[in-house]
Amino acid sequence: MAMLGALIIFSLALVAVIAPLIAPFSPHHQDILHRLEPPSTKHPLGTDDLGRDLLSRVIYGTRISLLVGFVAIGIAIIIGSILGLLSGYFGGWLDTVIMRFVDIMLCFPTFFLILMVIAFLEPNIWTVMVVIGLTGWPGLTRLVRGECLSIRERGFVQAAKVLGLSNTRVMFVHLLPNVMAPILVTATLGIGGAILTESALSFLGLGVQPPTPSWGNILTAGKDYITVAWWLSLYPGLAILITVLAYNLLGEGLRDVLDPRMMAE
Amino acid sequence: MLQYIVRRLLFMIPLLLGITIITFVIVHLSPGGPADMLTGLSPKVSAEAKARLHSLYGLDKPLHVQYWLWLSRLVRFDFGRSFKDGRLVIIKILERLPATLLLNVLSLLLIFFIALPIGVISAVRQDSFFDKGMTVFVFLGFSVPAFWLALLLMVLFGVVLGWLPISGMHSVNFPYFSFWGKLWDIIKHLILPVFVSAFGGLAYLSRYSRTSMLEVLRQDYIRTARAKGLSEKKVIYRHALRNALIPIVTLLGLSLPALIGGGFIFETIFAWPGMGRLGYQAIMARDYPVIMGVGVIAALLTLLGNLIADITYAFIDPRIRYR
Amino acid sequence: MEKILEVKNLSVEFYKGGKVIQALRDTSLTLKRNEVLGIVGESGCGKSTLALSILKLIPEKEGRVISGEILFKGEDLLRLSDEKLLQIRGDRISIIFQDPFTSLNPVFKISKQIAESLVLHKKENLSTQQMEKEVIELLELVKLPKPKDTMLSYPHQLSGGMQQRVMIAISLSSNPEILIADEPTTALDVTIQKEILNLLTELQKKLGLSVVLITHDFGIVAQTCQRVSVMYAGIIVEEASTSEIFHNPLHPYTKGLLESLPSREELPSSSQGKKRRLKAIPGQVPDPSNLPSGCKFHPRCPKVIEDCKPEEPRLREIVKNHWVRCIRAVY
Repeated sequence: MAMLGALIIFSLALVAVIAPLIAPFSPHHQDILHRLEPPSTKHPLGTDDLGRDLLSRVIYGTRISLLVGFVAIGIAIIIGSILGLLSGYFGGWLDTVIMRFVDIMLCFPTFFLILMVIAFLEPNIWTVMVVIGLTGWPGLTRLVRGECLSIRERGFVQAAKVLGLSNTRVMFVHLLPNVMAPILVTATLGIGGAILTESALSFLGLGVQPPTPSWGNILTAGKDYITVAWWLSLYPGLAILITVLAYNLLGEGLRDVLDPRMMAE
Repeated sequence: MLQYIVRRLLFMIPLLLGITIITFVIVHLSPGGPADMLTGLSPKVSAEAKARLHSLYGLDKPLHVQYWLWLSRLVRFDFGRSFKDGRLVIIKILERLPATLLLNVLSLLLIFFIALPIGVISAVRQDSFFDKGMTVFVFLGFSVPAFWLALLLMVLFGVVLGWLPISGMHSVNFPYFSFWGKLWDIIKHLILPVFVSAFGGLAYLSRYSRTSMLEVLRQDYIRTARAKGLSEKKVIYRHALRNALIPIVTLLGLSLPALIGGGFIFETIFAWPGMGRLGYQAIMARDYPVIMGVGVIAALLTLLGNLIADITYAFIDPRIRYR
Repeated sequence: MEKILEVKNLSVEFYKGGKVIQALRDTSLTLKRNEVLGIVGESGCGKSTLALSILKLIPEKEGRVISGEILFKGEDLLRLSDEKLLQIRGDRISIIFQDPFTSLNPVFKISKQIAESLVLHKKENLSTQQMEKEVIELLELVKLPKPKDTMLSYPHQLSGGMQQRVMIAISLSSNPEILIADEPTTALDVTIQKEILNLLTELQKKLGLSVVLITHDFGIVAQTCQRVSVMYAGIIVEEASTSEIFHNPLHPYTKGLLESLPSREELPSSSQGKKRRLKAIPGQVPDPSNLPSGCKFHPRCPKVIEDCKPEEPRLREIVKNHWVRCIRAVY
């Protein structure tokens, strides 16, 4: 199943890269005479309220989803890993401060926090990515810290310290590779989560702004026509479902391979 | 036990302070926040509102003084007045709270009483047809965008089949119903929102219960229970289940923020008159006092949920109760 | 003496990571009424598997019995219905395990864990007071101080030795005929070990129990057992009375185990009296998924000859009641 997930992700990445080559139409090409047309051979997924080809829009939407997933989780991973390493390696007051901060962050309904911040900023793809990233690290920090605590006492870390290596070197050269497995698993599962969050934000009108097509905002535009043009709501949703499913399959597969001990966090 | 609860309560104080600081910082430092409004960057706000804001936050004073002023009102649950209609924020929130609590408590109950048996049976019959089927369900549950599911269900049950109402908490002619009629009306309005908001949690908790149960079934004391000559049923439902519940209760407490967070979107979709919808509308209207109020109350609810989880946890696990 | 338990040609396989592990290979043994039979061997030789399979306690997912019989008073436990089996497991035959810390359920009070067994096996209709009295009697039987306090405790509030006494109390609550003790003292402090062993010996005599005592420690065998079976690589390699084994160990593996034992006063007087160096058996227990040919001990055996390699030796009765599985053994 993990292979299936990897295959889907690879295909999606390919679709995102070669979108202009495979999309039958420009995602912005309007054809008002053929608006809200059901799926046909010319428009395999139908057309939207402005007569744009849905398939082309969904294909271009792939780019947004992948971009948001990777950038947002990239930010979360960098913050989470560094704070987790610092907390787990140094311990003491630094650990206390960081972990209390994590506790506080975990008390907030993340989605509300994101809504709040994005509403104040201009909602666009960059703010969406950054904000999802900035709110996505606390769980990972906890995980990395826990792993560090157990590894810290092991021989090779102690040896590195005794040899007089700098703290930075011990942390990044000796500790980090040993906590990569859980980070990788969390990242893969996290990308799926970030894509879901982006689509939810777009659905509420606070994500990627039209006319740039994202699966979330195609859905939003389509929901007003759901009784007359079901395809506008069905296909972008399916695209999200399949993509997120692929990341989850891959993530769980990685977990089984890399670390069978790790419980569902 | 009492000592334990007191310790948990004391632990909450710094968390509470942190929550207020973060809420305050986000609202005040964001571009387009109240500070900017005052300098006239935002023409949407009337002069009257600006003046009210000015006195409310003492925006001319340094930031820490502003925070202190806000906090000292906060402990009296004085969040100020809404920009939109001038009503007290706390009153607006309290009006909406029951609907939100009803939705969330029902969702939690649904998650618990459906996901737990699914997880337990999956674990007991590991690799069976049931287990495999549930794994598929779990993965779908993790991956399906809940708002999309909500949309599809609304169309199916509300429009195509016409079985269920798709928005609000009661019908237009609600006041004219009998007691049972009213109850039935509310139940009908609850079905879709509760199901949708529980859906993600259902998947998550069934998976987690399965893992937890599998872990417990490997323990030595389960072997002891079998060695006593207990039937398999008693081994599982008396000895294993109670132990498997310990981490599940914690997780249930931790899933509260996600549930409340989800409320902001589900309540909006289903036009549910709860706190989430209030918060969403406030965000869209940049009604800062309401936004901050909702943020603090939501975090407070989470803390409360965690406290309940901690107490339940101690109730189940004597190793916590008697140290 | 009457044979109360007979294991005949028992073979058990485990499945781990796609590999088949032969945990028991055609193992047989006999337990007589009122005797204490020791089963000795290094870890990984199949002792615990033997203990668990007698009560069908091996999880189905992990392994299963391939062939053989386990006769309890003539009745084959392996062919009993689940319902019938539950009338014997924990009732006629009880078992205690190595690690008392993990063997008691952490969320239930001691009283409940004992009472549960009492209710199950004979005393369904006891009133609360009577039940309490029975529980206290059992706790007194295993010499727990302050039984009333202990009864109301949770496992984590007791020490390891106390927990193991509770395990013994649970196992005795049904007045069993057979007690299987799987390394009952290994996880405990040395001083506590001795107390628990003394308690077991005393209870065995008092209650007329027949005991299978599984251990890796020949010192414990010397203190408690009348007869010993030595196991290696899932099979019995030598069997005799305790004093016979200590005086005339015939299998090179048995000799190796005895020579690795520090001298103790409890040992029956033998050649061990004089000072000597402790010797360890060279090499390691073979990988049970990849056993050597012939005699399974031959790669480690100091007396190995070519004839040991092609075929596994039979168990021979060299003198009366002294059995050994070695082609080179002479009396």
